[in-house]
Amino acid sequence: MAKTMKTAVVVRQEQIGTDIYSLTVNCPDIADAAVPGQFVSLFTGDNSRLLPRPISICDAGSGEIRFVYRTAGEGTKIISKLKSGDEIRLLGPLGNGYTLEEKDAILIGGGIGIPPMLYLAKQLKSKGVKCAIVLGYRDEEFLKGDFEGLGDVYVSSDTGFMGVKGTVIDAINEYGVSGQQIYTCGPKPMLKAVKAFAEEKGIKAQLSLEERMACGIGACLACVCETTAVDDHSKVNNARVCADGPVFDSKEVRL
Amino acid sequence: MKLSVNIAGVELKNPVTVASGTFGSGMEYDDFYDVGELGAVTTKGVANVPWPGNKTPRIAEIHGGMMNAIGLQNPGIDTFIERDLAFLKNKDTRVIVNVCGRSVADYVEVVERLGEEETVSLLEINVSCPNVKEGGIAFGTDPKALSEITKEVKKHAKQPVIMKLSPNVTDIALMARTAEEAGADAISLINTITGMKIDINRRTFAVANKTAGVSGPAIHPIAVRMVYQAAQAVKIPIIGMGGVATAEDALELIMAGATAVAVGTANFYNPYAALEVVGGIRDYMDKNGVNDIAELIGCVK
Repeated sequence: MAKTMKTAVVVRQEQIGTDIYSLTVNCPDIADAAVPGQFVSLFTGDNSRLLPRPISICDAGSGEIRFVYRTAGEGTKIISKLKSGDEIRLLGPLGNGYTLEEKDAILIGGGIGIPPMLYLAKQLKSKGVKCAIVLGYRDEEFLKGDFEGLGDVYVSSDTGFMGVKGTVIDAINEYGVSGQQIYTCGPKPMLKAVKAFAEEKGIKAQLSLEERMACGIGACLACVCETTAVDDHSKVNNARVCADGPVFDSKEVRL
Repeated sequence: MKLSVNIAGVELKNPVTVASGTFGSGMEYDDFYDVGELGAVTTKGVANVPWPGNKTPRIAEIHGGMMNAIGLQNPGIDTFIERDLAFLKNKDTRVIVNVCGRSVADYVEVVERLGEEETVSLLEINVSCPNVKEGGIAFGTDPKALSEITKEVKKHAKQPVIMKLSPNVTDIALMARTAEEAGADAISLINTITGMKIDINRRTFAVANKTAGVSGPAIHPIAVRMVYQAAQAVKIPIIGMGGVATAEDALELIMAGATAVAVGTANFYNPYAALEVVGGIRDYMDKNGVNDIAELIGCVK
């Protein structure tokens, strides 16, 4: 799991939704080390946009890494313009990733938290774990087709354009989705709802958190989250999302 | 070729260290290179007890840099000695410990604890953090308060004392002279410059603390100017910092009068930045026939 800084070559990039891009790069050192739930720091190459953009790993294998991300500001817009053959500096893989349990799994992805569920679903399937996959969209679908064959897929959407109109929890209730281990990534309100749901039902849940980062390797202490117990590294009720996370047991953190 | 420099009687094998708060205690960067390659490791500020720091978001990006309001989160002196100093003890580099506190008594307590630690070569007193309500910058922007805390720390310190100065003052030469007259063995500058950024989409402050310290290449010219002004005002050595990302940036500060330099924000976007600065200074000296780094220190009058 050694992290390295590498210059990778873009294999392909395509726009797959409004402001949503799929970028595949060749970078065997990082791809071969990556586990589901980890992320990679992507550098813009622009000297006025210096800090890396932490992007979750959507898929990895055969020396390649795929990122599916949303353009949120100028930095990600620069990255979205990269074309096949272009170079990009990467630092990774970073963070802890999910702990894969051999129990019936419920994967819950919301919005731009959906991409890391793909690599996770593939790895769980290869271990023979049964996966129920719940995808929450706002008003537009992306990446759903990639989950075909990896498990039963259930959808919720804010606007009702697809699946159950409402939240991922509404979809879980509506379809009677069940399992013994939840893995999730998505916006904070969704994580809060999943945490409450999991704790009420007595199901273990691993949450992937997001916070603004600088270094991505645990040195700057920018991306902390509140922990229920005193953290062993910080000695206060704070853990580093980049180095101690981004994946936490739902009971470890306060959202 | 001689790269070593002397800060208050302590020899650094090369003039490059890191800015406090950008490097932890070096453990995270040791995954990328042996931090013993640096002239010194300057640790993140440590207080007498653990500090939780500020609310998130703690950072924001700006053109050519960033701003932060971490709020000096640190695990406290006990853990620092047990874990961080134990790591640094085995590294072939000097250790500069940055000390923070809310009151003079807090600073003194940490300074006294560190007096027993042989691993620690120098103390850097943080009187310039803009992101905490008490302590920090309150001591570093008022000459009287700066003088008092310098004298008090000097009374209790076993290691030489570096006072880290704030750029958020009208007259940096006055602050440098004040520290020198109060007994400081060296000064370091600049800390971050207080700024503010507003998120127009959320209609709120980009950083939860409202104000935050601006750092990175964007502030480098300010650092060069202030190091130069301080160098004209005092005889004690200066550790220069502020936006150093390359050897060229470091050499500017050295020529302006810094005996050593610290790499800060650049560590966040290039984990090898400080190591590359060491190599780049060596290359510059080689190419320009400079036999001793001392020839460059303050060479621009």
